[in-house]
Amino acid sequence: MTIADAKALSAVDAVTQAIARARQHESFNAILHIQEDRALERARAVDAGEITGVLAGVPFIAKDNFLTFDGPTTAASTFLKDFHAPLQATAIEKLEAEGAICIGKANLDAFAHGGSTENSAFGVTKNAVDQTKVAGGSSGGSAAAVALEIVPFALGTDTGGSIRQPASFNGVVGVKPTYGTVSRYGVVAMASSTDTIGVLTSNVADANTVMEIMAGKDSKDMTTLPDFWSTRSLDGPLKIGLVTESMTDDVDEGVRIAVSSYVESLRSKGHTVEDVSMSLLKYALAIYYVVVPAEISSNLSRYDGIRYGRRATAESLAEVYGKSRDEGFMAENKRRIMIGSYVLSSGFFDAYYLQAQKARTLLINEFNELFSQYDVLVMPTAPTPGFAIGENAHDPVKMYLADIMTVPASLAGLPALSVPAGVDEHGLPVGVQLIGKQCDDGLLMALAQQMEAA
Amino acid sequence: MIHQDVLDSYEMTIGIECHVQLATLSKLFSGANNDARDKNPNTAVSPIDFGLPGMLPILNREAVELAVCAGKALNAEIAEVSRFDRKHYFYPDLPKGYQITQMYQPIILAGYVDAPLLDGSTVRVRIHHAHLEEDAGKLSHYDGYSLVDLNRAGTPLIEIVSEPDIHSAAAAKAYATELHRLMTYAGVTLGDLYHGNMRFDVNISVAKKGATELGTRAEIKNLNSFRSVERAAEYEFIRQVELLESGQRVVQETRGWSDATGKTTSQRSKEDAQDYRYMPDADIPPIVLTKDEVERIQARVPALPQSYRDAWVPLNLDRSVVDALLANQSYAALISSVQVHAGDDAARRVAHWFASAVTQDEEQTAIIASNFSPEGYAELADMVAKNELSSTAAKEVFAELLTSDQAPRSIAEARNLLQVSDESAILAIVQEVLADPASAQSILDIKAGQEKAIGFLVGQVMKRSAGKANPALAQQLIKQQLGE
Repeated sequence: MTIADAKALSAVDAVTQAIARARQHESFNAILHIQEDRALERARAVDAGEITGVLAGVPFIAKDNFLTFDGPTTAASTFLKDFHAPLQATAIEKLEAEGAICIGKANLDAFAHGGSTENSAFGVTKNAVDQTKVAGGSSGGSAAAVALEIVPFALGTDTGGSIRQPASFNGVVGVKPTYGTVSRYGVVAMASSTDTIGVLTSNVADANTVMEIMAGKDSKDMTTLPDFWSTRSLDGPLKIGLVTESMTDDVDEGVRIAVSSYVESLRSKGHTVEDVSMSLLKYALAIYYVVVPAEISSNLSRYDGIRYGRRATAESLAEVYGKSRDEGFMAENKRRIMIGSYVLSSGFFDAYYLQAQKARTLLINEFNELFSQYDVLVMPTAPTPGFAIGENAHDPVKMYLADIMTVPASLAGLPALSVPAGVDEHGLPVGVQLIGKQCDDGLLMALAQQMEAA
Repeated sequence: MIHQDVLDSYEMTIGIECHVQLATLSKLFSGANNDARDKNPNTAVSPIDFGLPGMLPILNREAVELAVCAGKALNAEIAEVSRFDRKHYFYPDLPKGYQITQMYQPIILAGYVDAPLLDGSTVRVRIHHAHLEEDAGKLSHYDGYSLVDLNRAGTPLIEIVSEPDIHSAAAAKAYATELHRLMTYAGVTLGDLYHGNMRFDVNISVAKKGATELGTRAEIKNLNSFRSVERAAEYEFIRQVELLESGQRVVQETRGWSDATGKTTSQRSKEDAQDYRYMPDADIPPIVLTKDEVERIQARVPALPQSYRDAWVPLNLDRSVVDALLANQSYAALISSVQVHAGDDAARRVAHWFASAVTQDEEQTAIIASNFSPEGYAELADMVAKNELSSTAAKEVFAELLTSDQAPRSIAEARNLLQVSDESAILAIVQEVLADPASAQSILDIKAGQEKAIGFLVGQVMKRSAGKANPALAQQLIKQQLGE
């Protein structure tokens, strides 16, 4: 299902059919709520010519951590179960200004903490290809909704791989842009220094269309970059580095085969692909799971039960905080709050948080070094295809290991795509990850599009 | 009661942290109205101040510029790069669960304040640093419940942290007073103490004079007047000395001050101190200021109190007059303008008129004058110098001039206050008086050499002229007429 497919229909038909497909695929639990009234109202306005634009009448789904009208914005948490936003995220507003129609909100790991959408307060999302497998996460619902062809595109957020990894697990395209490309205004914050807004689609061109609309400076987010997004084409063959540490025996064989075959296609298109070593790759996960929980513990402080969201019945102020947060957060949320509070606490700050930030700088330096020699780096998006539901649920470290390939680009603020690279021997999708220099998003898109056409 | 000799054997050491609310139109990180005075609760609040999910801080450039101006008033360097950090704690008046502040790289670096003391000397208090941060909201407590008002949440503050350079309650008050003057003169704050525009936290410890180590300190939080800074320091000094003298120790703690009881009381001890888990705020890029930008911003800082004191030395004003004038920046500027345009004598006259017109309460900043044109006041001074007005009449004209756009001469004319210096007119009255039989005795007395008797005759002239005759001229003419 592409944007062109949707535009071939009247807006009301496109929206009605998308909603029908969403209901038909309810068993995947990809979608938390459908915004039927507002979607149909906007569709009628498009058909009447009152709303126009590049995406006029094209239905889409937003991860449920984007603030939207018509229905709650829950971040898949008990805490925000009944939270109705008084405003919409900048990304949503920009898409609506081009006529796109949000038909509903996708499932995620609560507050985007997780890599399997098993941490949702509203149940796990199933893999679009195999219902016994996870859809990945945290943008699992968005990835499954695109893979199931409910909508041509779905919005996600990527803090450490939350767009790329589920894109890989469901066989769709996932774009995590350069940090600061799209405004974070109106998106429930996870980790401020690595949160990015991106998109999942069935093809690269559609992803480019959506990103071009969402990108740009926003007066409501000081970290947004001036609009640099441009549709590019390749001037000639590229010099590409295949990160050897990402292709060791620890990585699933089916993944390695798919990635190797993608690398061969790159070569067959005339690109040079060389093995490169990234010595600090093995520290990326450790850095990530210090810095990001620290930021999470801070960003989740506002959920205190005083002004909005869940408030527990309590006898004292301390109890309001304790009980509301206990009831409102999932186990994984609490784990990250505790880790984050610990690494920020006095006496440990230098040893953990500060040390991790120093190591992060070294990692960024190593990326810069590599990008002085290579245009693009390539590696698997995830070490495995979609794993079985429940398989990693009781082993957080094993779960975190699923992020090992995606966190480096997040820590360095670099653009990274996950594009389908075929399937393993069980027919499960495998994604390959292309990482570029800061603001070289357009080059990655051009390369991915050339390969997609092959 | 502890003996004065014992008290005298101790010295207090004080450092002051002062929170200054900045006079910006909007809040530090949102577009909400920053002036919440007399507004209904929670009506000056944006989704950002409210801590809604997905909201991000947008730094108010005006607040940065006011901090840069404050830096000039504090004789401080401005950091080329400063950053924001988050200070975490849970309280219902803190919507995000953290306060955005500057823990590691503040915008204002080391500086100093010279505060004048009553005896004419000056105490120099070094400034450790000052940083930008947001204010919290307000809680009000009722029977069984509390209400939150977030109007103040997000109001920009600078917190000015002094070194422990203060060693008396009077010096503490002098520092607080001078800081208030500096911040209001520099346009950094409205300086309304009643509405909490400036709040002082006083850290105080005592030790035997000559001791090499400082004692354990207590922090008196949230003092909102200069007098309470002084009284709290006085009280705390005696309390701590009494503790030590009776063999107890001073506990490191936060204490509150009550103006009503005149006492400090324990609020929480160090053991309850929270771990604020400071961390950099990734939502806000660093503030980067070049030397040129700092200079351009600081160019808007007008004359500061000390420059007025220096300029007024030739006026020979009493300390109390200087203080009364400095209490209102507009008066100070006016006097200096008169001084520049009409000279020291005119400025001295105008200074005294203003000093007696304004209240002696240093904290009273209400503006009683709306006419700030120096020309009018200079002209009034000139009329007195030229004997066109008596000093009593001049005060009457001045009182009206304060709120009038009329020229002083028109006011004097309308009130019929101009002195008659026309010799022929006064001569006619003098002749009338001398011809009056009631004057006969005085004339005889004068001729007998009793000079003082002339006063009666001058008085008669003044009476007949309804106070308008120039008394010096009248006296001269009387003497002439009596053939002296």
